[in-house]
Amino acid sequence: MADFPENLKYTTEHEWLDGSTPAVIGVTDVAAEALGDVVYLELPEVGATIEAGAVVGEIESTKSVSELYSPVSGTVTEVNTEAVANPEIVNQDPFGKGWLFKVEVSGTGELLTAAEYAEHTGH
Amino acid sequence: MADKTTPLHDEHVALGASMTPFGGWLMPLRYTSDLAEHRAVREAAGLFDLSHMGNINVTGPDAAAFLDYALVGYISKVREMGARYSMICAQDGSVLDDLIVYHNAPGEYSVIANAANAGLVMSELLQRAAGFDVVLRDVQPDQALIAVQGPRAVEIMLATKGLAEDAEISGGTAFADLKYYACMGMRFEGEPVLVGRTGYTGEDGFEIWVPAGQAVALWRALLEAGEPLGLVPAGLSARDSLRLEAGMPLYGHELDTTTTPFEAGMGRVVRLDKVSDDGTPLPFVGRDALAARKESAPARVLVGLRGEGRRPARADYAVVQRGVGSEPGAVVGHVTSGAPSPTLGYPIAMAYVTPEVSAEGTELAVDVRGRAEPFVVVPMPFYRRPQN
Repeated sequence: MADFPENLKYTTEHEWLDGSTPAVIGVTDVAAEALGDVVYLELPEVGATIEAGAVVGEIESTKSVSELYSPVSGTVTEVNTEAVANPEIVNQDPFGKGWLFKVEVSGTGELLTAAEYAEHTGH
Repeated sequence: MADKTTPLHDEHVALGASMTPFGGWLMPLRYTSDLAEHRAVREAAGLFDLSHMGNINVTGPDAAAFLDYALVGYISKVREMGARYSMICAQDGSVLDDLIVYHNAPGEYSVIANAANAGLVMSELLQRAAGFDVVLRDVQPDQALIAVQGPRAVEIMLATKGLAEDAEISGGTAFADLKYYACMGMRFEGEPVLVGRTGYTGEDGFEIWVPAGQAVALWRALLEAGEPLGLVPAGLSARDSLRLEAGMPLYGHELDTTTTPFEAGMGRVVRLDKVSDDGTPLPFVGRDALAARKESAPARVLVGLRGEGRRPARADYAVVQRGVGSEPGAVVGHVTSGAPSPTLGYPIAMAYVTPEVSAEGTELAVDVRGRAEPFVVVPMPFYRRPQN
């Protein structure tokens, strides 16, 4: 589990984003494991303007509810409707099919490299 | 104060469990996935460490009469090797804990209490023992409690190496004839163990009290026998969703010191019909308050709720009237337990509501973080296991 993809940036709140345009955003396997089985996702609406560090949705697991923070500011261009319909893919493939939403980025908050994130999470 | 660990702690760690504080103990929350563990119990079997449960041994000539006085149940009517769900109430009728009492040997009883309440139950029993010829012993530290729960539990018990019947200590029952809510003595690697056909999952299953020194060996033997049959170790998270589907109350949620057994729909455990040999009513702690409570209309009632959407309700969320759109209406109660039901595929919850909105089919909503999610009152249990 110590291997976080090098091509991604991370937040201390366990989100990841890639460098593409628009940027793809998801939660890390650390978050997915800590949450337990994800059963419900509330994601921002397509077209919504969001702020880095602000709450943009919820991830609900069998046992708990966690807020979803955006690592970037910008406009939401797409949400993963397949993950909304089948939230377990967030557990199964958090860095791949379990992505959450895409953003046309206008600014970023504080982001970590894979190594920094590994250090932050103690892995 | 550091959380206590059970004799099986190292096994849990080796199995990769996420550990969590619970009632003063460090217990496995899950080993792999809550949902997978839950489903294993419904479809095959799960293995639980319940060694944190309080275990108070009651002996002496007055043991049965003492328990009739101390608890709300009619314990002197529990036959030898029988078990009974009961409660210990305060003088005002409020619930201090819910318990299972095993009549595990002639004139000997085991009172199994919730971990968080075990100290309180012991001190209450000691106070209530004044004038009775009984001996109370906290035997929790000497023993581990392991549960095997699920439709394949019988097969797993039969396949477990080292677990054997012994007519000398069985209490007159063969394993093949052990009934639900009864218990028997068996041996594991020569040591006596107590096996109860009881549980907290809504499935068939067994609970086994084993000397602490044999706990690891029994845990491993059960896993070895059970794994080919689908047995997996299961944590508190699965235990909670299983008991919720089965409509079983959890102390601290459905039951607490503001609740009598009647609000909780558990009035049947209060035995106002307890009488002495000459037919006079037997006094017990809480009797007067409970007798009065039984005759008065309840201010609130425990109901089952079924979610019509996908968002689960959680403990302490407000139950509301349906309003306009997603706007929550007037508050009519509060949720005590709630989760997405893994077996049924929709959210389920237990809630205390005012009697006017407690009828089956009543359309209500739960205020899920500011949004009214539709729920409807349904009968409990939510899930009942298929009968053979």
